[in-house]
Parts: sequence; structure tokens; C-alpha cells
Amino acid sequence: MVEFNLPANSKITQGKTFKAGPDATNIRKFKIYRWDPDTDDLPRVDTYEVDLDRCGPMVLDALIKIKNEMDSTLTFRRSCREGVCGSCAFNIDGTNTLACTKAISDISGDVKIYPLPHLPVVKDLVPDLTLPYAQYKSIEPWLQADTPAPTRERLQSVEEREKLDGLWECILCFCCQTSCPSYWWNGDRYLGPAILLQSYRWIADSRDEATGKRLDSLNDPFRLYRCHTIMNCTNTCPKHLNPGLAIAEIKKSIAARQ
Amino acid sequence: MARRERPLSPHLQVYRPQITSMLSIVHRMTGVALTAGILVLTYWLSSATYGAEAFATAQVVMGSWIGQVVLWGLVFALFYHLSNGIRHMLWDTGRYLDMSSVRSTGYIMVAAAVILTVATIAAGYGMLRG
Repeated sequence: MVEFNLPANSKITQGKTFKAGPDATNIRKFKIYRWDPDTDDLPRVDTYEVDLDRCGPMVLDALIKIKNEMDSTLTFRRSCREGVCGSCAFNIDGTNTLACTKAISDISGDVKIYPLPHLPVVKDLVPDLTLPYAQYKSIEPWLQADTPAPTRERLQSVEEREKLDGLWECILCFCCQTSCPSYWWNGDRYLGPAILLQSYRWIADSRDEATGKRLDSLNDPFRLYRCHTIMNCTNTCPKHLNPGLAIAEIKKSIAARQ
Repeated sequence: MARRERPLSPHLQVYRPQITSMLSIVHRMTGVALTAGILVLTYWLSSATYGAEAFATAQVVMGSWIGQVVLWGLVFALFYHLSNGIRHMLWDTGRYLDMSSVRSTGYIMVAAAVILTVATIAAGYGMLRG
């Protein structure tokens, strides 16, 4: 159901300010969403003054610097620091992207960092991704074939393999998933752009023989057709993939067989 | 300590307006406006079947400045929804879905809607003057 306002327990309050040291030469303010499950406080936005002359170039560098030097209670996910693991996905400067590949210099003014939108918050910048992971499981994201397994790999032509380009690169960071207003309002029943791109990754795979079954399960007013081609997904993808196009291809496949 | 109910992370409150979502929400709003507009036009036309007096009243209502602004809005809603509807039909064929085409077709669509709206209103007032 469409609920434009945040629930009462989710209202954001003004938090604390952590000043930079007296020797700081190039201060930038980082305004970061905080919520502590062990207190009764509402979520708040804390301000951290970071000296960019003593900080790496990326937003993730600043987050790690804050956690190491200013406030060890700041909680966030990160791992690879090079845009292949998908852990450090946040809403940064108003759009969803990976903190490790977003340069601080690309942001003007204060750097605002929130958790991925419209998800339950576990703590600070860590959202609960149980729902999108369950939705991922529901599309059976593995190769399915009735023909007996050959004694070696299942071969593809170069052309068949090329159909997977732009799909296999998805790292499931859920930037697109949580940029989609349709997913915000109907996430309980709409699969969302990340899961639909993953679904198309198997539909487009020449080695997979469950295409009919996959299309049957997607042919649903909510699971697939809550996509209204808003295209926030493609606009925000940090890997420059095109979930909107993948969804259009699924819709075309369903229309073509009717 | 018992676990508290988790807050919902902010969405509309923090997400920067995008050309993608803005053009989309206007499409939805123009669709709603056109549905309401059908009632306005139905009132205008059907008033004639209630006699000269009812029709004269309807003419005053629709000819008032509020009535005229509503009609301008409906003309724009019609052409926006039509132009963007064509854009959506092209998308449904799998074309123009890369981000640069999404943007350029968006600008073309808005320009077309504005030009058609201005041309229609100008033609309408031109006919009134005879």
C-alpha cells in the first residue's frame, strides 16, 4: 500500500556533531543516518567533520576514517572496496550507489548518507535485506535442464554467450531495487528490478531449459507488471547495467508466446 | 533487551528527484486529471440536454477564468499523456531504454506536449474570435 510518510517510529531527528581536529585543513561535513536498536531513541542524522586532506578519495574511505578515528559506533557493511561485492550500497547524495566507487569530489556540499531506501533498518546504515533475498530465492537462480548432463561443459556459441553480457555483472547490491518507487509501494508482491534482471539472466541463457516455467511464474500483475518503466533503476545502477531493459525483454518474451 | 521494531529507512524524503521518476509521476497525475476531466466535459456537453438555461450556466462556468484554466490544464494533460504514451509504446518494443535515450525522448516528449498544448489553445481562441 502506498504510504508516502514515514511511520512514527522512523521519523528522523537532529543528531550530534563531531568536530574535526584543530589542525584540519579541508573540512567536509558528512551527514549520516544513525539508529541504535539498543536505545529507545528515534533515528537521527549525525554530522561528522572530515578533513579531506587526510582521507582517501572515496565516500567509503571517509566512512572508514570516521569509524576508525571519530566514532567507532558507526555501523555499515563493506568488504571489497572496489565495486564487486555490493556490500557498501547506500543512498549517497540523494541516489543509491556504492560508497567505494563514489568519489567525494563528485558531491557538492555536505555528503548525506542514508541506508538503502524503504527497508527496515537493522542498525545505522545496515538495512534488513531478508525480503529481496527471499525474492531472489523465489526465482530459482540456477541453471535448470531436463536433458542429461553432458560429460563436459554445456557449450554455448559466442552469440549465445553474448546475450548474458549486461546481466551476469550484477552484484546484487540492491541499489536499483531500492531506487524503484514501485518497489517502495509494492515490495511485498513486486519482485523489483534487481530480481527481475537476475530472472532474465536465466531466461536469456541458452543452456537453461526452464524458460517456459520461469515466464509462467513471472506472468503476474504484481511480480512483473508493477514495473511501470520509471527507469530509476537503470539511472542509479553503479555497474551501469540496465534492469529496465531486462524487464522490457521479459515482457516481450511473455507477449511473443501468446 | 527485547528487540525493538525496526524503523523504515527514508525513501521519498531523501531520494533526489530524477528525470525518470518525475516524468513518470506526471504521467500518472495527467492520467488521473484526464479521468476527472471526462466528468467536466460530460457536464459541459450534457448540460445542453437539460435546456437552454442549464447550458447557459455551463457556458458561464466553463467561460470563467477558472473554467478556462481547467481547460488549459486538461489540454496539457491530454497531450502529455498522449506523447508519453507513445514513448511507453516504443519502450515496450525494447527500444530507447538506454539512459541517454530515456533522457532525450523525455525532453522531446515534454516539448511535444507543450507545443501541441499551446497550438491547440491558440487555435481554440482563434476560432472564438472568428
